[in-house]
Amino acid sequence: MGYFSRFAVPHPSPAIYASMIAIAVTVFLIIAGITYFKKWIYLWDGWITTVDHKKIGIMYLISALLMLFRGGVDALMMRAQLAVPDNKLLDSQHYNEVFSTHGVIMVLFMAMPYIMGLMNFVVPLQIGARDVAFPRLNAVSFWLFFMGAMLFNLSFVIGGSPDAGWSSYFPLAGNEFSPHVGTNYYMISIQIAGIGTLMTGINFLTTILKMRAPGMTLMRMPMFTWASLTTCIIIIFAFPVLTIALLMGTMDRLFATKFFTITDGGMDMLWANLFWVWGHPEVYILILPAFGLFSEIIPTFSRRNIYGYTSMVASMVLISFYSFLVWTHHFFTMGQTAYVNSIFSITTMIIAIPTGIKIFNWLFTMWRGRIRFTVPMLYCLAFIPLFTIGGVTGVMLAMSAADYQYHNTMFLVAHFHNVIIPGVVFAVLGASTYYWPKMFGFVLNEKIGKLAFWFLVIGFCLAFFPMYITGLDGQARRMYTYSEDTGFGPWNMVATIGAVCMAISFVLIVYMIYYSIRNAKKEAVSDPWDARNLEWATHTPVPEYNFAIIPQVNSREAFWDAKYKGHPLFKGDYEKIHMPNNSGVPFLMSLFFFALGFGLVFSMWYLAICGLIGVFICMAHRSFEQDHGRYISVEEIKETEAKYGGTHK
Amino acid sequence: MKVDHSQPLEYSTEQNRLNILGFWIFLGAEIMLFGTLFTCYFTLVNRTSDGPIGAEIFEITPVLMETFLLLTSSFVIGLGIHAMRLGNKKAMQAFFILTLLLGIGFLAFEITEFITYYEEGATLQTSAFTSILFTTLGTHGAHVSLGLFWGLFIILQVRKRGITPVTANKSFIFSLYWHFLDVVWIFIFTFIYMKGLTQL
Repeated sequence: MGYFSRFAVPHPSPAIYASMIAIAVTVFLIIAGITYFKKWIYLWDGWITTVDHKKIGIMYLISALLMLFRGGVDALMMRAQLAVPDNKLLDSQHYNEVFSTHGVIMVLFMAMPYIMGLMNFVVPLQIGARDVAFPRLNAVSFWLFFMGAMLFNLSFVIGGSPDAGWSSYFPLAGNEFSPHVGTNYYMISIQIAGIGTLMTGINFLTTILKMRAPGMTLMRMPMFTWASLTTCIIIIFAFPVLTIALLMGTMDRLFATKFFTITDGGMDMLWANLFWVWGHPEVYILILPAFGLFSEIIPTFSRRNIYGYTSMVASMVLISFYSFLVWTHHFFTMGQTAYVNSIFSITTMIIAIPTGIKIFNWLFTMWRGRIRFTVPMLYCLAFIPLFTIGGVTGVMLAMSAADYQYHNTMFLVAHFHNVIIPGVVFAVLGASTYYWPKMFGFVLNEKIGKLAFWFLVIGFCLAFFPMYITGLDGQARRMYTYSEDTGFGPWNMVATIGAVCMAISFVLIVYMIYYSIRNAKKEAVSDPWDARNLEWATHTPVPEYNFAIIPQVNSREAFWDAKYKGHPLFKGDYEKIHMPNNSGVPFLMSLFFFALGFGLVFSMWYLAICGLIGVFICMAHRSFEQDHGRYISVEEIKETEAKYGGTHK
Repeated sequence: MKVDHSQPLEYSTEQNRLNILGFWIFLGAEIMLFGTLFTCYFTLVNRTSDGPIGAEIFEITPVLMETFLLLTSSFVIGLGIHAMRLGNKKAMQAFFILTLLLGIGFLAFEITEFITYYEEGATLQTSAFTSILFTTLGTHGAHVSLGLFWGLFIILQVRKRGITPVTANKSFIFSLYWHFLDVVWIFIFTFIYMKGLTQL
């Protein structure tokens, strides 16, 4: 038993045992279901080995939705605990684990893959390319993210979850104060997923720089592509910092190095600095693509081109630059001089300027437009005022002197949820409704979608606006309970009701998908919204080669011009198309990464070494492999195009 | 694959051009990686606690040998790429093998150096300074070790398949990687060893 005792959860509770059973039953049901319906080969050939950016994008989205559920359950547990004063539902340790995993999952395993999924699906279509620059690497990225996420979620039932917050500050995250393996999981699973993200950044930057359709100059790129480009640049500069920080953190925990210790010269603030040098750009990695998505949806449903294209691009470039100059504002109270704090106050406030430019540009885009109130557009309309409130409270937090009052209170919690939920969550939900027809060939039910939207918006306001008030009154974040004399009780109850409304909204979204699959008209509509960019110029469902003929771009809205101004989009004849082959190696390699990670978490060196050797064998295999891809013949293209009703010319 | 004969072999196909650009971007990320390590090194260099300071453990002879070996290997791989462009498979292979041998020599000196540090009581766990010293040098050393395997695979492929657009592309990218490790070493030599030796 001694060997297996390391896998025991340090603070077992009925919830954890229930989850163990739930996980075991789910895994069994999935395996049994796949076997019963004889879907193993379909799954392997069609999805696990795929290198198609569209399928990888969809797999990202499915994983993100699953993680949204997991992170959402964490959120509900926290809100249930805080609903009334002196609540005994969760103990302090359990509460610590729940808010830590909620943060990590929502930022790294929900928002990131959601954004990556949309980037994967949309960007190559939007620039008129047939795939990304390195399709195989793209599959590696996805599977690394997936295995990182699985490893992280395993912590809940094997060995214990991380409990030092999503920022995992040392010395709290060190062995002395976090003795169980939870923080190991944190360090290693984020490391694995982070390598995948870095590869995605490199892949998409190369794709956008080199694979645009003829005529699409940089200043003719759609806004979402521009947003993805700036995001990739941030990823490439920010993620290596995280890699090193996590490496140092892992070594401190596993090999007793002295980076972030209190003794022997270690410097705990170095972790805080490294973490936020990555962490602040990270939130712009999330928000810039979201801005890009809003900039796609708003023009479409206003029937106007985007207002101030150049200033939109310039503001994104400025935001990505400033994102690296503000990290200290996360710890104004941790002992820098007033001089340092002032500088970072100013740089933080400066970011509000390009962001404000974007807000006005969206408003001017809608100004005198013919607005259609569809579900994606509703998300955009709710985003603008709510995000502005979040931005303004951000400027309040940026004032370093005043921050001594706000720091580590619910005010901060309210602020960052107020930017992330209307900013990122509304964007991805709106965009998945918007792009759903392109992915799956039918439009989602508007009625249920609107109901879900209202539940989400009202739930959001109820859940987070009270936190501004209790935060200003001094309710600390990350505290598992509070006494009745504080008077926080009623406000917290309102917040919990809001959280329940948001949960109902997510249930409605799931129901909307189910209902639409059953009842929507399955006619292949290639352009249901009367949209403006190239991703809508191809068939639905999108053929694996995306475009039979590479489109010719003449302006910022080539597809709109093709529809209404007689611009010939597809010139010339079909030619055979070169496509990459599928491969199972990315999946295998990620499995080895998983074994490596699991071995490191529990200091099982033989497993870690086997995993590492497996990773190297996969890399060696890739080096020696001769993979020239395959060709789709002109006949096949003609057949496919005929099936979908012919190429638009 | 369309082959563009007006370009050098390693640039001759679209995928080759993508690979090279992608690798340059990857090197950008690597610069950030080592940049972070150097930043941490400068932050922690004086936090020696009870352990030794740099000047007490650094020795100039092995460091000069390592520098000499690695810089030479960088020059030799340049000759290798030159031979590749001339289509001289034999010379190219010879230069690549010499590059890897010099790399092995570098590693041998580095490992001996690490053993000496350990014998003098400067271990990974001694102080924040020794932790970051070993991590920075170790990360560079791990890159070199990985490069040895990568380079070996490429030599085997060139031997078997000849100088083709694919193998030329791989060799060229490997040479970029190798030069990059050399650049990092110049920074290590200057800011860790030279600066450390003049600390007293």
